[in-house]
Amino acid sequence: MRRVVVTGLGLVTPLGADVETVWANLIAGKSGAGPITRFDASDQKCNIACEVKPADHEYGFDASKRVDPKIQRQVDPFIVYGIDAAGQAIEDAGLLDMDDDLKLRAGCSIGSGIGGLPGIESESIVLHERGPGRVSPHFVHGRLINLISGQVSIKYGLMGPNHAVVTACSTGAHSIGDAARMIKDDDADIMLAGGAESTINPLGVAGFAQARALNCSFNDRPTEASRPYDKDRDGFVMGEGAGVVVLEEYEHAKARGAKIYAEVVGYGLSGDAYHVTAPHPEGKGAENAMRMALRKAGMEAGDIDYVNAHGTSTMADTIELAAVKRVLGDDLGGASMSSTKSAIGHLLGGAGAVEAIFCILAMRDQIVPPTLNLTNPDEGTEGVDLVPLTAKKREVKAILNNSFGFGGTNASLIMKKVD
Amino acid sequence: MSDTEERVKKIVVEHLGVEADKVTTDASFIDDLGADSLDIVELVMAFEEEFGVEIPDDAAEKITTVGDAVKYIEEHKG
Repeated sequence: MRRVVVTGLGLVTPLGADVETVWANLIAGKSGAGPITRFDASDQKCNIACEVKPADHEYGFDASKRVDPKIQRQVDPFIVYGIDAAGQAIEDAGLLDMDDDLKLRAGCSIGSGIGGLPGIESESIVLHERGPGRVSPHFVHGRLINLISGQVSIKYGLMGPNHAVVTACSTGAHSIGDAARMIKDDDADIMLAGGAESTINPLGVAGFAQARALNCSFNDRPTEASRPYDKDRDGFVMGEGAGVVVLEEYEHAKARGAKIYAEVVGYGLSGDAYHVTAPHPEGKGAENAMRMALRKAGMEAGDIDYVNAHGTSTMADTIELAAVKRVLGDDLGGASMSSTKSAIGHLLGGAGAVEAIFCILAMRDQIVPPTLNLTNPDEGTEGVDLVPLTAKKREVKAILNNSFGFGGTNASLIMKKVD
Repeated sequence: MSDTEERVKKIVVEHLGVEADKVTTDASFIDDLGADSLDIVELVMAFEEEFGVEIPDDAAEKITTVGDAVKYIEEHKG
């Protein structure tokens, strides 16, 4: 059987635009939240977010490092973030000089939950105010979700499978799971997999606020707004950015002496079949996805050391926790579980991939990132290590990463260290 | 260099991300400056905006060099 390992990582997040900076800030307990600066949000119910910081910030994002200025002008920010994160991952994996045979066996599966909403918003205003003749010729392909995979394949000459998942907030996890299967199925030896999002624009913020999903009661205290499992939680804080990993067939990675971070051993998928935005009240879908991932991994519940929860800081947190308890045991079998959305917000389609990278780094450094702002834990959290406020050193050999999305879509990934 | 030519060249440099010295009067957008058909649509829109002229599709198709653009704009601007 073909095994799949991770050999490269790339991150663009509200806590930094390279893997080591993001990880150091996350472990230090920093928050990426603040007032929205991207547009005047004073008339919005929610006017805070976790924005990717500008290039002149201490840990800002400089698009010009890896993205052609012409492309930056033509495409939505989620594509720019995705191209950069993919570039970081390829560089990290030492795959900048692939020969043509390998390029035929290298593909992309980088998705997004929503795609180019800011560009759709602004161009529809152009259409309305100035007419169809002023709409940009780059409008369509600068907003399409599969255009991260498209742009990355063109930039790096990747001629293998070219794919993009669209499953709302489980996109990043599904992207990695699906791409791992493509390698297992011998469609490719290398896959760039992940997700990206950038919808901190008036329509995006208003839409999520109207759906009663966003936190609207901490506008004066942005860094305290994302507080998973806390009694005072009141909705998620929108984040943005991208996470991309290089997945590689194990023997291929070993033969070229690649640095191997982890092995993707389990992938579970399910549907809630219940409601468009609310999770099943008993967490059945979440439970089914986790159980499938464990079964595919051939692992026992007690093998899991760390769970990176979906944990959006909404009422759904305790539903997920109850499901995790049913799968792993009342004390999670001694595992620690945290929600890094407390620090970087909810990256929507990027979340699952960014959080998978956090899990990989937890295994590399034997430390688990904290759940910030968890000062007053909700009922049902007793006896569970939710890693409140500060990071915790502990043994981490295997992880479970949950991602759930609107529409009732669920994905769980299990990864473990390779000896 | 005429005022029109200077402004046309500036737009070409900005939109195509090319060095200013490559944007000569005879330079072909596609062959010399790396543009594709969509870049030309965008350039034509930028010329229309800058000079307040309308460049219909059949005229735009005949504009293949920097000089073609300058000539068309000089002949049609108000």
